[in-house]
Parts: sequence; C-alpha cells; structure tokens
Amino acid sequence: MSNAVAVLYDVPGPKAKARYRVLSGVVLLISLGIAFLIYLALDSKGQLTAAKWEPFVTSSTWTTYLLPGIQGTLVAAALSIVFALVLGAILGIGRLSEHRAVRAVSGVFVELFRAVPVLILMIFLYAVYAEYEVFKVRYLALAAVVTGLTLYNGSVIAEIVRAGVNSLPKGQTEAASALGMRKGQVMRIVLLPQAVTAMLPAIISQMVVALKDSALGYLIGYVEVVRAGQQVGAFYGNYLPSLIIVAVIMIVINSLLTKLATVVEGRMRQKKRKTGGTVVPAQDFGGGPAGAA
Amino acid sequence: MNLLSKYGDQLVDAFIMTIKLTVLSAIGALIIGTIIAAMRVSPIPVARAIATAYVTVFRNTPLTLIILFTSFGLYQTMGVALAPDDSPTFLADNNFRLAILGLSVYTASFVAESLRSGINTVPVGQAEAGRSLGMTFTQNITIVVLPQAFRAVIGPLGSVLIALTKNTTIASVIGVAEASLLMKTMIENEAAIFAVGGLFALGFVILTLPTGLLFGYLSKRLAVK
Repeated sequence: MSNAVAVLYDVPGPKAKARYRVLSGVVLLISLGIAFLIYLALDSKGQLTAAKWEPFVTSSTWTTYLLPGIQGTLVAAALSIVFALVLGAILGIGRLSEHRAVRAVSGVFVELFRAVPVLILMIFLYAVYAEYEVFKVRYLALAAVVTGLTLYNGSVIAEIVRAGVNSLPKGQTEAASALGMRKGQVMRIVLLPQAVTAMLPAIISQMVVALKDSALGYLIGYVEVVRAGQQVGAFYGNYLPSLIIVAVIMIVINSLLTKLATVVEGRMRQKKRKTGGTVVPAQDFGGGPAGAA
Repeated sequence: MNLLSKYGDQLVDAFIMTIKLTVLSAIGALIIGTIIAAMRVSPIPVARAIATAYVTVFRNTPLTLIILFTSFGLYQTMGVALAPDDSPTFLADNNFRLAILGLSVYTASFVAESLRSGINTVPVGQAEAGRSLGMTFTQNITIVVLPQAFRAVIGPLGSVLIALTKNTTIASVIGVAEASLLMKTMIENEAAIFAVGGLFALGFVILTLPTGLLFGYLSKRLAVK
C-alpha cells in the first residue's frame, strides 16, 4: 500500500519535510482543539463524572448486562456463520450447476436475499415464527435473527464460492475428469477445497458482517450487546458512556477478525507464489461488510 | 389488494422516506468519504492516522449502535438538535436528520475504502507524470488521480449505495417513519403476514435492482481504458 500511495508525492526533501511537520502540527492542533471542545461539552453535561463510568468497573454490570449481551451477539453470529456456510456452499454449487433449472432457482434465491434488507427479513420471520409457533417464545427473536442472517450471508457466501470456483484454472476440472471422476467428485474433492481455501479471507470478513448485523436483533427485541448497553444506560442513567463501551467492545472484536483475515490472506499469497492457485482478497467483497449494517 | 387500497398512501410515504434517507445520506457519505480518502493518502502523517482511525472505528461499529448514539448520545444527552425546536414537527425532523448524520458517517468509511482502492488502480506512471510536471500533491490528486479513481470505483460505489438503501431501514430504531417501521405496524394489524412481507420485499427489489443495473452499466461505460 505504502508504495502505491507514496507515488502521489515526491520523497520529501528537507524543505518538504519541514512543511509536512508544520502541517502535521496544524492538523494535530485542530484535532486536539476539536477533542477539547468535545471534552468541554461532555464535561458540562456531567458525562465525565466518576458516577457515570463507575458501573463499568463493577462486576455486576458485566455479569448482569454486558457479558450476556456479548454472549447473545456471539451466539447469533456463530450460528449464522455456520448455517450460512452450509447454505452458501449449496447455493454456490447450485449456481454453477449444468442444469438450467437448478441454476435459475439458486440464482433467484441469491439475488432476492441480497436485495431485501436483513431487518425486513428479520421482522417478517419473527412474525411468521410467532404466528405459526415454530419456536418456543424465548427463542423467537434468536431464531429470527439467525435465519435472517443465514439467508443474507448465505447468499453472499454463495457468490464468494462461485467466484472462488470460477477463479480456479480450467485444467483442474479437465484433469479430474480425465482421471474418471464424476461431476460430484470433481466438485467435492478437487474444486471446492481449493475454492474455500482461496476464499478464506473473504469468508472471515463476512463473519465481521454477521457479527455487526446481529445488532439488528435489537429492533426485534433480541438481547445482544447493543441492547445490553442500552439496558445499562437505562439502569444507571449513563446512556452515552454505555454506548461508547459497547462500541469499543465491538470495534475490538471486529478489528481482531479483520486482522485475522489480512494475516490469512498474506499467508496464502506467500503460499500461492510457491504452488500456484488463486487468492481472492477479502477487500473484493468489501461490498460484503458494507452489505448490511 | 385490500392491503394496497388500505395502506397505499402510507406505503408510498414510507418508501419516499426511504429514498430521501438514501439520497441525502449518500451525498453526505460521498463528501465525508472523499475527504477521508484524501487524508488517508496524503503526505501528512497525522492526517493519515486520523483518517485510518475514522475508518477503523466506523466500519467496525454496528450501524444500529451509531444511529442509537445519535439519538441517545447526541440529542438526549448532549442536547444537540438538528432542527429548530419550536417547529411543530421538531421530533420527526430531528430524528430524520440525526438518522442521516448516522448513515452518512457510517457509509463514509466504506466510500473512503472504495476510493482508496480506486486510487490504487490508477497507474503509477500517471501520478509520476503529474509530479514530473511539477504538480503539488493537491493538484496531482484533484486533477490527475481522483477523476480516474472515481471512474474506477463506480461499480463498488454502486454496491455501497445499495447497501445504504437497505441500511436506511435501521433508522426505524429512532422512530423515522420509513419502510421497516410501517412494515412492523402492518404486521401487527394485519393477518396477512406473507402478503405484507412480499410487498416490502418487492419494494426493495424495485429500489435496488435498477440501481445495481445502472451502476453496472455506468462502470462499464466510464471505465478508464
């Protein structure tokens, strides 16, 4: 990155270096000024008093609200990712099928669930599950969140799988067929394992999406980390600090996952140089993370 | 059909609200995103650091949380109001604008990332040629690099816009009367869950499908060859 970017300006000489230092100072001063204004505003509203922040060093806040909230988020995200991987593999292979009908059905499915907002899906599923008593009342919200996320992320992963298989050299299929493998075997033994490896970074970034999107459960009453933060705020009267703490929790978890995706990508890029094959960068599916909340 | 005659006007209003949120937030996100992207590639280390922090923070925070923050944090706690508070529609206006603020700030981080990857697609020789003509960083980026980068990222920006359209549904968390809020009401009052679900799914397909096609066409048409 640094190379591609540094090309926009010359390697600074002594004069330019001095100028950049001055500009850096100016930018720093402006940002410190803004930070100070925010500090003053927060202080004048009494948001910086110990009373507002103390709940976060008491263990009962964590055991009563935040930890169950984090658990809710992680459970919903983990379930959705596992189901989405299965659904995505099926749909992805379906879209590559030789039978037009299978291709069409999977295509419509994928396009539909990528076009409909996850929240709309969740509200709908919640109503359906409640109406037809599909799940026990206390699992209604979780079921709606997981199904909604599964359908959406499954569709995205289907596209990732399809791109992964398409990115493989044609010789792979030809060689496997020449060895007498059936179509199912070619897909299962030769293509899919390679595609999934190539797509690992993209799949990990999709996990970030599922994790963030589980916060949509807030709107249908699922207790996840944002709802937990809101409850802390309601209980102690410190909405602002609670939301900030929740944001920090989410940012830390998601940054770690993103970091993991980058590391995996880098590793595989190195391997690729030795063995050939393809790695699709996580960023190419950046549409994914943007894909929903 | 019954649903349509009963809710027709409300449906139109709700989807118009969705479109308004989308368009206004898109403009906001584009402005903020461009500035952040420019900061990220600038020669000033502090500016780069701030822009990176911005992207990390807003890309990794759930949108639900950001929108809630504008309402609970900015308005209720800090007293920041974005509408004249003597107007009769104060609450609706204020929530609407807070939602736009939240959506813009969140989407800007994705716009910035797309743009940065677009800047990376501009051939190195272009910027070098600009530099050798004696252009400064600002001239180089505004005259040579950004116009090409924009054309390269039309496709990705289309995806960001579609995502934004879908994300506007989250504005219902602070009571903005857009599609998902009306859907909730309709599901509570009507027995026809599947008809209601289908109606709203159709609405969003109609909104997002042409956007995708248009941006796909534009990105081919305007690609830098």
